[in-house]
Amino acid sequence: MSVRQDDLAEAARKPLRRAWVIRGSGRWLSSLAWGSALPVAFLLLWQWLGDQELISPLLFPTPLVILESFGWLWNTGMLAENFGASLYRMAAGFGLGGGLGLLLGLFVGLSRGMEKLLDSTVQMVRMVPHISVTFLFVLWFGIGDTSKIMLIAKGCFFPLYIYTFLGIRNTDRKLFEVTRVLAYSRFKQIVRLVLPASVPNIVVGVRLSLAVAWGSLVVAEMMGASSGLGFLMMDARAMSDTPTVFVGIALFTVLGVITDVIVLLVERRLLAWRDS
Amino acid sequence: MSTSSSLLNIQGLDKSFQTEQQSVQALRQIELDVKEGEFVTVIGPSGCGKSTLLRIIAGLDTGYEGSVKLGGQPITGPGIDKGFIFQEPRLFPWLTVEKNIAADLSLRDKDVRRRVDELIELVKLKGFEQAYPKALSGGMAQRVAIARALLRNPRILLLDEPFGALDAFTRAHMQEVLLDIWERNGTTMILVTHDIDEAVFLGNRIIILKPRPGEIRGRVTVDLPYPRKKSSAGFQEFRYKVLNEFERIDELAFGEAGAGI
Repeated sequence: MSVRQDDLAEAARKPLRRAWVIRGSGRWLSSLAWGSALPVAFLLLWQWLGDQELISPLLFPTPLVILESFGWLWNTGMLAENFGASLYRMAAGFGLGGGLGLLLGLFVGLSRGMEKLLDSTVQMVRMVPHISVTFLFVLWFGIGDTSKIMLIAKGCFFPLYIYTFLGIRNTDRKLFEVTRVLAYSRFKQIVRLVLPASVPNIVVGVRLSLAVAWGSLVVAEMMGASSGLGFLMMDARAMSDTPTVFVGIALFTVLGVITDVIVLLVERRLLAWRDS
Repeated sequence: MSTSSSLLNIQGLDKSFQTEQQSVQALRQIELDVKEGEFVTVIGPSGCGKSTLLRIIAGLDTGYEGSVKLGGQPITGPGIDKGFIFQEPRLFPWLTVEKNIAADLSLRDKDVRRRVDELIELVKLKGFEQAYPKALSGGMAQRVAIARALLRNPRILLLDEPFGALDAFTRAHMQEVLLDIWERNGTTMILVTHDIDEAVFLGNRIIILKPRPGEIRGRVTVDLPYPRKKSSAGFQEFRYKVLNEFERIDELAFGEAGAGI
């Protein structure tokens, strides 16, 4: 029988095979070149304008000056120290808020009773503007790590809560019927159906949480802190040291991109089964 | 297939659904006896309650009147002794083919591993063990679903229009695969379809349902030897027999409708 051949041909016709072919190394390099063309051109123009003294060196220090400032901060150890402080707050805040959001999202997602009891409260608290409570958090928890961690945690909590809840509630009813036919226990239904089915939504929640975490970190450290990247920027601003402010902005940006790439890589591994 | 003792016994089955305004009778006075190893096909137009009948046997739908017994025991709920194949394959998209077949059983268990490998061979999916459902065609995915049900050694396999979504060529091929499985495993099967050829090609016995309310209108025993040729005179004869029953249903339906106007 030519059954196998037909199957193979049919499977090969599916478009997803093509998506993998594109990921050759040559193509990857070329897409990198295309992607970086505009930023590089922009930096060159910026440098040239600065060299020609067409833009103010105080408002727009040239890329080379900023790089120099970066080197100085690196050599004195100030960068590592403040960067470490920021990273710690970010990790702790995300772990605390995101972890609680995930847990509560699971509870409320799995139980209608919990939803009735908790969801309206959570939705109300969610509407409290983030920045408006920063000042209170500093008052309550001091200018040390705690206030930053709490603010970041508050920011990370909601995206993970909402997307975990959504993931659970959007579990395919038809697959539920399959687990009934296969005689899964309630526990097995949760562990082998509801949780894996929620992973795509939870990953979205993680990405949003991380974005909020970065934003909260900057705000919290600029409102009142004695260390961290945000503090470094505020301190530099007070001294009109704009190159250092630019270093801070660039670092925040680069770190944001790095976390996003990490999440994307994890997602690609975890969600390889997805048809998109 | 020698038919022996009765496996499934349905007596006086009535089922109605409550909608907001009214109660709709889906099945009325269904009597059916299926013997061990039999292949019964149930055919009828849409709305005749054939899927409902199958879901009641599977234990998925409850709240009926009458008696439905599997091996002498009343059916109280779904269980692995009653394999069920839905119209769509309904695989877990995050599991590979072999893990979908194993589902809640561990492939590290040597016995499960061996049985899964045998079933992959049986449903002709060798080489696709590690593939995700997204990479499978409709026919292949449905074969995974069949293997998943068979791994649990069901006493009866219930198939609800399993090939309805497939193209004609794949469907013909799947019918052969299913017959092959039935002949090798001897699993009792009930297959619901609206395709007369499919019903005649597969069944020892054809149950013909009529709609509103769902009632058994005819029973045809198909004593053609397997494998059957769809172009043979014998096959056509049975095809006409079933078609005739349908025309009688149509006349009845039109007659009633006419009386209503």
